[in-house]
Amino acid sequence: MSTKNTYTVSIYTENNVGLLNRISAIFQRRHINIESINSSKSEIKNVSRITILVKIPEDQMKKIIGQIEKQVEVIKAFYHSDEETIYQESCLFKLSSDLLIENDEIQMIINQSKSRVININKDFFVLEKSGSKEELEELYNILDKHGIMQFVRSGRIAITKEAMKISTMLD
Amino acid sequence: METREKKSKKEEIQTNITISGAEAVVKCLLAEGVDILYGYPGGAIMPVYDELYKYEDKLNHVLTRHEQGATHSAQGYARATGKVGVAMATSGPGATNLITGIADAQIDSTPMVCITGQVASHLLGSDAFQETDIVGISTPVTKWNYQITKASEIPEIFAKAFYIARSGRPGPVLIDITKDAQFEQFDFSYEKCTSVRSYKAVPELNIEAIKEAANLINEAKKPFIIWGQGIVLGEAEKEFESFIEKTGIPSASTLLGLSALPTKHPLHVGMVGMHGNYGPNKLTNECDLLIAIGMRFDDRVTGDLSRYAKQAKVIHFEIDPAEIDKNVKADVAVLGNAKETLKAIAPFVKENMHKDWLQKFRDYDAIEFDKVIKKDLYPTKEGLTMGEVIKEINNASEGKAIIVSDVGQHQMIACRYAEFSQTKSNITSGGLGTMGFALPAAIGAKMGAPDREVVAVIGDGGYQMTIQELGTILQTKAAVKIVVLNNEYLGMVRQWQQLFFDKRYASTEMTNPDFVAIAKGYHLKANRVTKREDLEKSIKEMIESEEAYFLEVCVEKEDNVFPMIATGSSVSEVRLS
Repeated sequence: MSTKNTYTVSIYTENNVGLLNRISAIFQRRHINIESINSSKSEIKNVSRITILVKIPEDQMKKIIGQIEKQVEVIKAFYHSDEETIYQESCLFKLSSDLLIENDEIQMIINQSKSRVININKDFFVLEKSGSKEELEELYNILDKHGIMQFVRSGRIAITKEAMKISTMLD
Repeated sequence: METREKKSKKEEIQTNITISGAEAVVKCLLAEGVDILYGYPGGAIMPVYDELYKYEDKLNHVLTRHEQGATHSAQGYARATGKVGVAMATSGPGATNLITGIADAQIDSTPMVCITGQVASHLLGSDAFQETDIVGISTPVTKWNYQITKASEIPEIFAKAFYIARSGRPGPVLIDITKDAQFEQFDFSYEKCTSVRSYKAVPELNIEAIKEAANLINEAKKPFIIWGQGIVLGEAEKEFESFIEKTGIPSASTLLGLSALPTKHPLHVGMVGMHGNYGPNKLTNECDLLIAIGMRFDDRVTGDLSRYAKQAKVIHFEIDPAEIDKNVKADVAVLGNAKETLKAIAPFVKENMHKDWLQKFRDYDAIEFDKVIKKDLYPTKEGLTMGEVIKEINNASEGKAIIVSDVGQHQMIACRYAEFSQTKSNITSGGLGTMGFALPAAIGAKMGAPDREVVAVIGDGGYQMTIQELGTILQTKAAVKIVVLNNEYLGMVRQWQQLFFDKRYASTEMTNPDFVAIAKGYHLKANRVTKREDLEKSIKEMIESEEAYFLEVCVEKEDNVFPMIATGSSVSEVRLS
């Protein structure tokens, strides 16, 4: 049994209704859990980029890339290990405004974690933090002690170190 | 120059006319060369049916008795002709009833376009009457699908659908059209689709891979070819035959590859797989080079993968890059359409003969004949065997018939013993194993190839899954010959229960109706055979009939199909009893 690795899958697609369903079905059919998924525009006009994070063995990853590329509206799919990408996740914390007034520690946490206050009112404030999953987890654990009213984390987005020649494929 | 270009483009584009979406659907079908489609009307597709009524002299709509029958008929038509089969249904249950046929076409790479009606676009998502998310449901079993909500999308989407269905590795495409889009008026013009930018139908030919493959072939002492349906779909029969004749390589077929090479060809060594022939299964694990052409190493072909052809180098000729290394690792992958790749490799391979190696296959044949075939084809016991029925069909049709088989014991027997002298003669549900496939598929095959004899060989179980299509035969007068091999059991399941579940025959015994009376109820000629002395004469009478004919043959109840590779066993563990 080959070992499982974390892979970032980057899929360049036509921007069509239902394609995400078609792609996620490829993972679902093989009983693979998608760790995170993100869809956005790409560097090419009218081409979408889907970023999926999975933990699977490499031989299975290769086969799945083949199945993804086989889909009519997929232009190209790639997979990369963490070492081959520069990646980030982003998260938001909703915290009580009382903490800002009553708790000295909070200002220090905000400064040290390089997070930003993006919204504040008399009841709550929202803290934003981008970074690796581990950094985000660390901040979560610290803030957890003070009470988190809401938390949300985005899917991974990643830029690859190597070039992904998509434009030439569309000529 | 410019004017000439413009002119040629104009020939493709029909001049603009204002018509409804529904009429556009019919015009698109005609532009794609469709002259027959199979379907069943209902609320959400009625505008299109209204147009079919007006165009009935140009486009023959066959009313099947169930939407599943429409898909299987379209499949049978596609498999017999190589053209795209078309099926149509209404929304909701009409659409969901297509799914089995679509899934079957997907796994067996059959070109098919399915058209479904949908509730009006303003009702989408409201749980309207007969609304179902057919695009969502069909996504995993279609090569491509699309929901049309505006009439103006119809020409482009239809052109794309037919192009995708037939190009590269063929497959089913579903187009869902909301009812308002069918009513909407728009300026219609049609242009055929020749490319889709995100889709590469056929991979580029790699001459280096061709040369590498040729070297392996030239050096091999015990090369062995397994070919699949890729030869038929790629219309590469001639190229394949000259390739094997030049190289002298023994060649075996997969279930779906049958009839691509005449059964009597001296290099044809039979069929591989779970109920394939003894020699090709055994010798898969003895060859030094395994050449797979247009096949996908299905588990029913390979048995236990960890003990499959481990001693051999593997060359995989394949159109679908996702099939390379999927189940069996290829030493050399030759991507492309088999017709092109086989043509390209021809000058690089040396003329050869592998007389001693071929003889090994023949030696195994002799063992198989002695232990299995003799009993199947020349039985000495009283009960009729399925094998002797197939033998009589071969004789009466002179091996020229299209054999459409259902799923189960009779299918394996039909594919093992049917003699094929021309391509596109074997139509069966391979990958999905869809019981109920054969009767509607035979109707489609007969309509696609009206000059050929079409014999549907069906078990008593599968027959009753789509028996209502006798009504389609009655109405269309499709001259299909139907042979039901009745053993009063779901025979293949019963065989497994006997071999692997200590004869606990759970829900496999069938109390059957009077099949002859049913056929007669549909005003078909019908007959029943219970004794050997009546068999030859009855089959001859059936084949000679100008019209549809139903023949029930009551066969031995508990016969088994051998050879057999049990699940989890290696191909070399193929058993003869």
